[in-house]
Amino acid sequence: MGVITHIGRYFLLLKETFSSPERTSVYWRRILEEMDLLGVKSVGIVALLSLFMGAVITIQTKTNIDSPLIQTWVVGFATRQSTILEFSPTIIALILAGKVGSNIAAEIGSMRVKEQIDALDIMGVNSAGYLILPKIIASMLINPFLVMVSMFLSIFGGYVAGTATGIISASDYLQGIQTGFIPYHVTYALIKTVVFAFIIATVSAYQGYYTRGGTREVGISSTKAVVYSDVVILISNYALTQLLLI
Amino acid sequence: MIEVQGVSKRFGTTQVLTDISAVFHKGKVNQIIGKSGSGKSVLAKCIVGLHEPDQGKVLYEGRSFHDMGREEKTGIRQEIGMLFQGSALFDSMTVLQNVMFPLQMFSKASKSEMEDRAHTCLERVNIKDKDGLYPAELSGGMQKRVGIARAIAMNPKYLFCDEPNSGLDPQTSILIDDLIKEITEEFHTTTIVITHDMNSVMETGENIIFIHEGRKWWQGSREQLLNSDNKELNAFIFASGLMRQVKKAMTGKA
Repeated sequence: MGVITHIGRYFLLLKETFSSPERTSVYWRRILEEMDLLGVKSVGIVALLSLFMGAVITIQTKTNIDSPLIQTWVVGFATRQSTILEFSPTIIALILAGKVGSNIAAEIGSMRVKEQIDALDIMGVNSAGYLILPKIIASMLINPFLVMVSMFLSIFGGYVAGTATGIISASDYLQGIQTGFIPYHVTYALIKTVVFAFIIATVSAYQGYYTRGGTREVGISSTKAVVYSDVVILISNYALTQLLLI
Repeated sequence: MIEVQGVSKRFGTTQVLTDISAVFHKGKVNQIIGKSGSGKSVLAKCIVGLHEPDQGKVLYEGRSFHDMGREEKTGIRQEIGMLFQGSALFDSMTVLQNVMFPLQMFSKASKSEMEDRAHTCLERVNIKDKDGLYPAELSGGMQKRVGIARAIAMNPKYLFCDEPNSGLDPQTSILIDDLIKEITEEFHTTTIVITHDMNSVMETGENIIFIHEGRKWWQGSREQLLNSDNKELNAFIFASGLMRQVKKAMTGKA
């Protein structure tokens, strides 16, 4: 099947997904369940990654700008900028594509091969809407929260690593993270996060929804979900950066 | 009543169904029989709307399903109960939640009323005290019975059963056959059973359609089945060792 066919089928699936739900209360309950499954249960990995990411950025920045012409507080500044503009929204999105995207594709793919999606369709339930829409809404609501947590912990991780190793003083680091702060950069990061959340949920759901075969194919769909989500995230990251920052 | 008029279906270059016409009667157990790969499951999927026929029509009470609008199709689908070959119960839901699911999606009843209805359906299929179990914790026969309970939760007008006896021991198969027969009489449903199990055909079949190589080769009652001179049908029937004995006992001929 060609790329154009996949893109066409992806948009047709989106059309189905966004058609009016049968029972709104059931959908709301499912959104809350998905927020827990896709978001709250990802807090641990996001926190761990962010702490170490911030620590590494701080140490690497310091070792690369070890010049008397550059003031030490720049390390804090660079850590904050890298974290807010790129590391938290994009790296966390790529990590979530691996964790959440594969989960979505495997869940929906298993339902497809076990005829559970056929069962929904025969009952008159819009299977695409029932299965995918709550995941999209939940991801778009919870991922900005995850990225905010990530931003805070990454900058905090940088502070801990910088002060603990003695490469930067606490006051210099704090001065750096407060210097030249542009609130719009946080808005930009959150816009990217929402777009990436939509990509992860829909691309992964698409891979799962059109799984054919058995358990092996479910595994293949999971892998494809991660790979294609990552590719689309990277392309849209470039497009959004050009659109929103230049 | 469901009527199929000249239905043909092709997947790529493979012609799976060719010009099939048949009538499925209300209040009867209608059976679609045939070898594996004969096209009977595809025919069933065309009837329930999971596949769109390339040619022909499927009529529900005289109304063409494929010409209906989205809402009308949804309405018809709410009148369909289906038991899948692998039961297709939702893994992450308990037995009670599975049976309540169609009610939660379409009924305006309160939660306690839905629970009562789900319990009634579960009792009807002789499942008790299993409300909190997950499908994976049930035997194959129990999963089928829960599947039937879910199928009848909305008081369906049409009941589809895809290979209801597959993977079951003979004793459980008889129980499931009896249950399908009783429910058809009780709910006065148009029941369509897809099977290649001749024991089940002789037990419950009232209107039997034989599909071979994607074409309808024969249609009749189980009494007519035994006296048919259709070569392909007889080859299919005689592949069952038990059926050879039945025919010998009834007709005196081997």
